[in-house]
Amino acid sequence: MSTTQENPTTSTVGTTRVKRGMAEQLKNGVIMDVVTPDQAKIAEDAGAVAVMALERVPADIRKDGGVARMSDPDMIDGIIEAVSIPVMAKARIGHFVEAQVLQALGVDFIDESEVLTPADEAHHIDKWAFTVPFVCGATTMGEALRRVAEGAAMIRSKGEAGTGNVVEATRHMRAIQGEIKRLGTLDAAELFGAAKELRAPYDVVKEVAELGALPVPLFSAGGVATPADAALMRQLGAQSVFVGSGIFKSGDPAKRADAIVQATLHYNDPEVLAKVSRGLGEAMVGINLEELDDSQRYAGRGW
Amino acid sequence: MSAPPTIGVLALQGDIAEHLRVLGGLGVRTRSVLRADQLDDVDGLIIPGGESTTMSKLAVRYDLMDPLRKHVGEGLPVYGTCAGMIMLADRILDGTADQQTVGGIDMTVRRNAFGRQSESFEAQVGIDGLAGDPVEALFIRAPWVESIGTDTVAIGQVSSGDRAGRIVAVRQGSLLATSFHPELTGDARIHGLFVDMVKGQA
Repeated sequence: MSTTQENPTTSTVGTTRVKRGMAEQLKNGVIMDVVTPDQAKIAEDAGAVAVMALERVPADIRKDGGVARMSDPDMIDGIIEAVSIPVMAKARIGHFVEAQVLQALGVDFIDESEVLTPADEAHHIDKWAFTVPFVCGATTMGEALRRVAEGAAMIRSKGEAGTGNVVEATRHMRAIQGEIKRLGTLDAAELFGAAKELRAPYDVVKEVAELGALPVPLFSAGGVATPADAALMRQLGAQSVFVGSGIFKSGDPAKRADAIVQATLHYNDPEVLAKVSRGLGEAMVGINLEELDDSQRYAGRGW
Repeated sequence: MSAPPTIGVLALQGDIAEHLRVLGGLGVRTRSVLRADQLDDVDGLIIPGGESTTMSKLAVRYDLMDPLRKHVGEGLPVYGTCAGMIMLADRILDGTADQQTVGGIDMTVRRNAFGRQSESFEAQVGIDGLAGDPVEALFIRAPWVESIGTDTVAIGQVSSGDRAGRIVAVRQGSLLATSFHPELTGDARIHGLFVDMVKGQA
């Protein structure tokens, strides 16, 4: 027995409460995609609550094509060294070995992400097997609850990453929020039917009906490019936002990062939103969803 | 009976809603505090858990740091959890170079002392003056108290393992701080203690 560990009878790491508790600490803060230590510093200085370390932002993954994988450990180490805020990193859907590597590197949160090329066409990672918490994307309530049942400590809308187009994130957030309301109106017998329709465990469905919320924090991601986009997602019920390509694909990343932090905090105050929306330079160009081939749509990845 | 006190929760970042929910269950009035003038309307304040460097940065940016210091100096009761404990510390270790704190409690707090998230844990912690069982404490990238001044009282310590003896709960006059998160475990006793402090009954 190791003597450097806490006595296991009185202390435990990686419990559900510790993992969900970490997700709670990130609420009302902005999580930003970064690809270099310098970008990580800019994000931290702008008031990001965490950074997502990845090799290419989604807009570049779209442009470059090819298989998108977990980032190089050296690159993740460099970002962990550069900042003192929590560091997240992405593993491919179903790629539990990438997740094992990321946990060994000491990242604070893993995103099992549709932005990377899926590694398993039928299974997601068994997230209960890890001490590090996971966030997963969802487009619907059923998908969200399957991920919670697999052990996700946070859910985010998928949106359509790397497009700078918020329409899909809006669709997913409205779908999930609408379903939370509907479940709250169902009686016990109907909840069994709902669990079957949603292809999600009854216990988790019942918990949502009782709480009037997901059992884990609900964030938004995928296409947030402006302060107003961030505030839109908050007003639609997201507890905070991930911003990917939107910041470092824009004309003035430091200023835009700061503006999105302010908009996320003051999402209900149009005067603040007007003020922070000024003078940001160019936003990322963006892609209309009709221009995207089905094979280029990431939100459909995940089962 | 006098009217119930109003307790604010500093709403810059973190698990604000969880504190509001626990306080609501204790029969006090609550409000979120995002602007300095809102501090004039509260009888007590909670600084929640979250990311202390982010919270500090936003407090400076939104002109809340000096008003917070002023109210603490004038005796406003404040309770800080995790990041909130760091905000109440007069001195911090392992913060960022530009990290400011509100201060008020004569102590040195080491940020992320228990490690990164993979080392976050739960444990039972006995709190002096709290009746009943030890509290179930969640430590999430948590700080500990490295040292305290003569007027500060350590009221909770880690009881076992290699971190045994580390101070994780302190009180100094009307200021209270814990490294852990009672707002996440459904045990309202520490919030109850703080409400009593606000009422001048503890």
